[in-house]
Amino acid sequence: MADAATRPGGAKPKLAVYKFSSCDGCQLSLLNLEDELLDLVGAVEVAYFLEARRQHLPPPYDLGLVEGSVSTPEEEQRLYQVRRDCRMLITIGACATSGGIQALRNWAEVEEFIRAVYPSPQHVRTLETATPIAAHVFVDFELRGCPVNKDQLLELIAATLTGRKPAIPTYSLCIECKRLGIPCRLVSAGQPCLGPVTQAGCGALCPGVNRACYGCFGPMELPNIESLGNWFQGLGYTPGQICRMLRNFNGYLEPFKQASDRYERLERSA
Amino acid sequence: MSDSNVARKERVIRVDALARVEGEGALCLSIRNGEVEAARLKIYEPPRFFEAFLRGRDFREVPDITARICGICPVAYQMSSCHALENALGVAGQIDPGIRTMRNLLYCGEWIESHVLHAFLLHLPDYLGYESAISMAQDHRPLVQRALKLKKLGNDIIAILAGRSVHPVGVCVGGFYSFPPADRWAGLLPALKAGLDDMCELTLFLAEKVEYPDFEQDYEFVALCPDNEYPMNLGPIASSKGFRVEQEEYLSVVEEKQAAYSTALQATVKGRGPYHVGPLARLNLNAARLHPRAAELLPKVCRAVGGGLPWRNSFLSLPARALETVHALALALDILESYAPPARSRVPVLPRAGAGAAATEAPRGVLWHRYETDQEGLVRSARIIPPTSQNQLQIEADLKKLAGESLHLDDEQLGLRCEHLIRNYDPCLSCSTHFLKLRVDRR
Repeated sequence: MADAATRPGGAKPKLAVYKFSSCDGCQLSLLNLEDELLDLVGAVEVAYFLEARRQHLPPPYDLGLVEGSVSTPEEEQRLYQVRRDCRMLITIGACATSGGIQALRNWAEVEEFIRAVYPSPQHVRTLETATPIAAHVFVDFELRGCPVNKDQLLELIAATLTGRKPAIPTYSLCIECKRLGIPCRLVSAGQPCLGPVTQAGCGALCPGVNRACYGCFGPMELPNIESLGNWFQGLGYTPGQICRMLRNFNGYLEPFKQASDRYERLERSA
Repeated sequence: MSDSNVARKERVIRVDALARVEGEGALCLSIRNGEVEAARLKIYEPPRFFEAFLRGRDFREVPDITARICGICPVAYQMSSCHALENALGVAGQIDPGIRTMRNLLYCGEWIESHVLHAFLLHLPDYLGYESAISMAQDHRPLVQRALKLKKLGNDIIAILAGRSVHPVGVCVGGFYSFPPADRWAGLLPALKAGLDDMCELTLFLAEKVEYPDFEQDYEFVALCPDNEYPMNLGPIASSKGFRVEQEEYLSVVEEKQAAYSTALQATVKGRGPYHVGPLARLNLNAARLHPRAAELLPKVCRAVGGGLPWRNSFLSLPARALETVHALALALDILESYAPPARSRVPVLPRAGAGAAATEAPRGVLWHRYETDQEGLVRSARIIPPTSQNQLQIEADLKKLAGESLHLDDEQLGLRCEHLIRNYDPCLSCSTHFLKLRVDRR
């Protein structure tokens, strides 16, 4: 897959995989490429991947994949070094791209969260916010999904290492449903489906099991959330409920964040 | 060399970033005058505050949110939260047997995927002398390929039943959003049959060809112990030292405390101390209920590793995990050979004010959840006790004993030996944040 011949001395490109605040699920998606994994580790040098191996080779690395969001002072400092060590830096998954589910703290008082979970709050060091990688350093590409789709991940690695544009669509989930012939959850089942404002890429998994999309790939390009929200309200959902639907795994990503704040204000004024 | 290691007055051994574990942690050993003063497993996985932000969420959202605690065992988080919420909302008694069977099938998928990942790709390299499965594959490519094929079977079961293997989308409080038609499984059945035969062979390989260190500890094993099946989703929680309580009553026998050096809370059995959860505990307490395909292997495995159950050597968690993988493959095959989608996929669940707790057997051990809901079905409080925080003090007790028996080793070898031990527990640090860098201090 990688064009090793173009590299000095024919060396294999060096891959690094990093974890910040996260569940490990996106790194695991790499290990879940069972059919392709041995070819992949044959084509690249896995230079740093703590979850999979003890050995690590010194930087610089050609490609760094980052999972997780920045939620502690140590992580913030470590990220600057990660950026210096990697020629290309790509975020994988919702935490690294949007802050993830732990970004729900960004709307709360973190001190109160610490007291709620830990009997000795003074020993817990954390930041007020959990933020995406791009809020701190330049990122070359952001791959969506909670978790990422492993086929998209493979496509992205292959494209990046061969220097072409990855084929990752930015249209809405609706296109996938139509292509797969899945009946519309919103129109035919009257369910509050986030598909019309959510980026495609998962393979329309939720509609495929008869449930409404809950937005784990985050907002599509230029979503019309207000129009969808009006539809939801027509189905009887309150602004507070719509706010909650938007504030989950990608809630801190801009179009969802802005819209959720608006629905929160609506709920309060009602 | 080895004598000089023992004679050194003070040694400090640190492993600052433990590899091949799920999450982030460090190990620190302090050795003074030839005695291990302290062995600490420091979990520096950042706190993510799930129990805090679950408050105010709709009960229907909870299984999707708690799944995100761990990408390796999301099914466990979904199952424990569904059961606990069904208790809180008063529908636990109405769950159809068909739904319960499908929950076991889903759990089989996760045990297979998680156990094979850990046993062959993260743990076996320790025993065969490799730094990783990637290096191991250069000399043992067919072995790694067999493991990858088995792991994929687990992931495929979850994906067919519930959409995808990391953070499945098909699970809801009350059951499933839908069940796949029978023909969706047709392609998987032959592979599952072949995989079961292969896993039986690999289990004997792990028992007969791998040498396990001599190590014995007076463990208190804790696991679910249902009457009629090997534990996954149901059953009272029982201990090898005597207690047996209903799931709701777990906090009457165990308690959690917080150490300054860790973001994970640490559990003990009240009045006694550390305890051990996971495959070894389940097997020691429930061997009589193993699937016949796993049960028939057990005597051969016992002979090969040098003794019958109970095994009091945490290094034997590797063959225990292998036997459980055989169990899970065989059970999944049984379920799928007579599969027809159950009549209804879910029972109706209405919001109400209530409180309920439940535990299920995550691949790494007992995972306990408790929720309180208000009358609109919003979560008022959430409490989660993951397996690794229950094992943490036991891991430290094991480290202290093992390091004390291994002082002749140089710092690097001693650190490595301790890392091997930590991996016996397949510690999941993401989960435990509520895991690991190694530091050894010899002073």
